Amino acid sequence: MAKITFIQHNGTSQTVDANPGMSVMEAAVKNAVAGIDADCGGACACATCHVYVEPDWVEKAGKRSDMEADMLDFAYEVRENSRLSCQIKVTEGLDGLTVKVPEKQF
Amino acid sequence: MTENFGCIILGGGHAAAEAALCLRKEGFEGSILMAGDEPSLPYQRPPLSKTYLAEDVTADSLLIRESQAYVGANITVRVNARAVKLDAASRVVTFADGVQAQYGKLILATGARPRKLVGAGHLKVHYIRTLADIDGLRAVIAPGKRALIIGGGYIGLEAAAMLKKLGLHVTVLEAMERILQRVTAAPLSEFYTRIHREEGVEILTGVSIKSLRADGAELADGRFVPADVLIAGIGVLPNIELAEMAGLRMEAGAVFVDSHCRTSDENIYAAGDCTSFFSPHYERLTRLESVQNANDQARVAAANIAGHVSVYDVLPWFWSDQYDLKLQIAGLSQGYDEVVLRGDSATGRSFAAFYFAQGRLIAVDAVNRPREFLLAKRLIAAKVSPDRNILQDETADLKKLL
Ligand SMILES: Cc1cc2nc3c(=O)[nH]c(=O)nc-3n(C[C@H](O)[C@H](O)[C@H](O)COP(=O)(O)OP(=O)(O)OC[C@H]3O[C@@H](n4cnc5c(N)ncnc54)[C@H](O)[C@@H]3O)c2cc1C
Ligand code: FES
Repeated sequence: MAKITFIQHNGTSQTVDANPGMSVMEAAVKNAVAGIDADCGGACACATCHVYVEPDWVEKAGKRSDMEADMLDFAYEVRENSRLSCQIKVTEGLDGLTVKVPEKQF
Repeated sequence: MTENFGCIILGGGHAAAEAALCLRKEGFEGSILMAGDEPSLPYQRPPLSKTYLAEDVTADSLLIRESQAYVGANITVRVNARAVKLDAASRVVTFADGVQAQYGKLILATGARPRKLVGAGHLKVHYIRTLADIDGLRAVIAPGKRALIIGGGYIGLEAAAMLKKLGLHVTVLEAMERILQRVTAAPLSEFYTRIHREEGVEILTGVSIKSLRADGAELADGRFVPADVLIAGIGVLPNIELAEMAGLRMEAGAVFVDSHCRTSDENIYAAGDCTSFFSPHYERLTRLESVQNANDQARVAAANIAGHVSVYDVLPWFWSDQYDLKLQIAGLSQGYDEVVLRGDSATGRSFAAFYFAQGRLIAVDAVNRPREFLLAKRLIAAKVSPDRNILQDETADLKKLL
């Protein structure tokens, strides 16, 4: 079990429990975290699960895949710590992970 | 006894799940009932023909939301609850078990069901729409078996790729001249025909079935295709019986909704595969079968019910996964008069086809080209005519077009 915290654009935050193996996006959507539309359900096809990984966690969250990097190239307000949350697999090592949700997804 | 709810959502798929949560997000304070006839909470359908059979994906992981998300939003959820009667005058829904519930507002999110193959008495026909369908299929497939798929649409082709990966011999029969004919333009059909053949799937187009036998299908041209497993993916029929009962306006065989996703009854909204609507972008009557449409219409219906005026004017988009290929489609290509290709669709496995009508970009089919897809999505929505030379030239920076 890993705890993941989502911080909204307006500063409110929500911490959810995630099981290893699921994606950070799934953890958010299943718990109705606002601002993560995830329209394609994790197929890396929609770019509506965009998050900013807090700097301390960027390395642990891993590298963007090629497909993901291409998607992010044209997403809204992309930064260096931008990730598609459906492409981040939850591991025990990500217990405490904190990400910010962008103002809008597209 | 008749129960009472501020809003009742009939259906338990993508549109229903999204509408239920969105009502709360939009500040709706009344009581909410979401009632669907399947045994499961709403789940993702797209993986059913993609990863669910072939990969280690559990039914639980397909759930769109965990039950606590509905509990947390104070939404009453009922599964195995089939609505059988809708009386719009008294605003009462009757369920199969006799329970009656009255609504303030109603959202029809009943989706669609597979069109049934007629004349198939001898071999069990499998369809791919629900978790139960896949459980049925799982029980009969095994490496080395011969699968016959009737219908070369997205679901049939995705199933072909999935079964091939599982080691079956796969044949796809398509009645029209090319696969994907109903849903896409010729360049994409040619591309996927080549890919499936390269992967070892047999594709027969322009064929009709004379008769189905216990051991396969006899074609009108005399050929016989042997099969152990028969799957039909020949389109869907919107579930409109309740809407018809309520006397709602129908168009194109579906419940017609206005730009607020409202039906011809002011208390009844509808979203997803059961609807048709007038697309402001393409200026024509449209019926879509996509997660995008289900989600976005649900969002609009929920917002309007909660008192926030919202209009449905979102560009349609879609995706399909076959083998290592991710197809992403933005817009609707019907009516195009010019195609501009970026990349090599004749021999490669990655390209984008941009469709124009009277000089305006109207759609893109992007295979393993997420950048082109997202770029085109923006350009189409903005109704612009991007420079074709830049689109065509692989060395040109696409960002110049923004
Ligand atoms: C195998 C497969 C793959 C797909 N792949 C993609 C894809 O890659 N991308 C994409 O965009 N789209 C895809 N789609 C289409 C997408 O899944 C549908 O467009 C979407 O499910 C529509 O959502 P909906 O809520 O309108 O309808 P549905 O998901 O069909 O849900 C309707 C629900 O209502 C229930 N219901 C019906 N009548 C009643 C009643 N009287 N009372 C109670 N409940 C009732 C139904 O049983 C069903 O559970 C795919 C579909 C399938 C089947
Ligand atoms: S959920 Fe669609 S790209 Fe992540």
